[in-house]
Amino acid sequence: MSIVKTLATSRRVFNQLFHDPRTIAMMFIVPPVLLTIMKYVFQDQTKVFDNIAPMLLGVFPLTMMFLITSIVTLRERTSGTLDRLMTMPMSKFDFIFGYAIVFGFLGFLQALITGFVMFSLLGVNVAAGFLPTIVAAVITALLGTSLGLFLSAFASSEFQAIQYMPAFIFPQLLTCGLFVARENMAEPLQWFSNVMPLTYSVDAMKQVTNNVDWTSALTGDLVVVGIFVIGALILGSITIRRQE
Amino acid sequence: MATSVKIKNLSVFIGKHFKALDDVNLVLPVGKTIGVIGPSGAGKTTLIRCIVGGLHISQGEIKIFGKHAGSPELREQLSYMTQELSVYPDLTVMENLRYFVTMAGKSKKSADEIINGVLTDVDMTNRAKNLVRNLSTGQKQRVSLAIALIGHPKLMVLDEPTVGLDPVLRDKLWKLFARLARGGTTLIVTSHTMDEAERCDDLVLIRDGKVIAHSTPGELRKQTKSKTVEESFLKLVGDKE
Repeated sequence: MSIVKTLATSRRVFNQLFHDPRTIAMMFIVPPVLLTIMKYVFQDQTKVFDNIAPMLLGVFPLTMMFLITSIVTLRERTSGTLDRLMTMPMSKFDFIFGYAIVFGFLGFLQALITGFVMFSLLGVNVAAGFLPTIVAAVITALLGTSLGLFLSAFASSEFQAIQYMPAFIFPQLLTCGLFVARENMAEPLQWFSNVMPLTYSVDAMKQVTNNVDWTSALTGDLVVVGIFVIGALILGSITIRRQE
Repeated sequence: MATSVKIKNLSVFIGKHFKALDDVNLVLPVGKTIGVIGPSGAGKTTLIRCIVGGLHISQGEIKIFGKHAGSPELREQLSYMTQELSVYPDLTVMENLRYFVTMAGKSKKSADEIINGVLTDVDMTNRAKNLVRNLSTGQKQRVSLAIALIGHPKLMVLDEPTVGLDPVLRDKLWKLFARLARGGTTLIVTSHTMDEAERCDDLVLIRDGKVIAHSTPGELRKQTKSKTVEESFLKLVGDKE
């Protein structure tokens, strides 16, 4: 792996996005708008919205980063650029980590902007305050990025990549404790949610919602999500094949 | 004569039953323009993807400059232009070239010189700041070729590099290929048009995954008592059927 080539890949992806301002705008505008809509869906239930909003702050960047990274990397695979790069003296890690840096940074900005809207404009009360909430949201956005990079390897068309969203993300959304407490679900679903990363992201958001201090459970949740991020990035690198 | 590519008993299956290449044996020289010529679906792209190490070989072996195809050591010695454009449409020509120069392992210091050189070679200097998506198909093709020219590789593998180009530019590029070959570069160029075959130093005629002839254009015409390579090809195909 070469730092020069990894950073060159990041710069190249940044340049591509720079030439596509509409995508950038949507990346930063859509989550705050959705959060604002949610506020008015729960307009007479401030307490409910205060509990849900931090979790959504994690879920929105995750789903958006998942979709964007899986489509962008799939485009590399289908347009011939990845084939060409793989005949060059470039490590597969340079490619994957180059992408991870860009979308990790964008995820950070997205969480920051959405968090700012949530705290200052929508007036959401989160016990732990701004910083722990944003840290948890950024790590969740990184999770979306890494899962998108990994799973795009298994899609041969953009239609398939988009369908990984209902196939892979939605089951996690349904069982992560966002809608129903996990202990009230059927036992097999609890087992399932125990091994899925989104469960720990949402749990981290619950920790920041309910505790003023940074808890050891919050650290534990973020470490688990971090392990999933690194694991998905390594698997994403492995699934890039130089040879078919 | 020095050998660039040596292919021994190469067979490739696509899926379980389709034999895309069938017992191919070739010894290709160094410093020549080698045309891999055949109709669509003949196995040209499969053959060159095996040469660049992008395809698993079911049977046989390929050695390039004495090393197995796909060896990491070969990555600095060869360049590959795929049939797809394999450039980033949402980057400028310059940004594309700068990225691939870095990926080819060239220093930042030499980047400008390399980029100016390849842009001149493909006659795209005045388009350097244009977004690739705003270029015509032929211009995009030239950007893709410019990337393959980066760093003077010992072996250039070009899959249909002249498709969609006007006759003047095609002529220019074939003259560039000849100049590169004179400088010691080996070029493997696929094409399905027989008029381009006449411009190659060495020809591999391929059909249904089998090599039906390997010779210079002159020898081929002589052997088949034909006036053109196209006529030779048709006679050879007729003989096999």
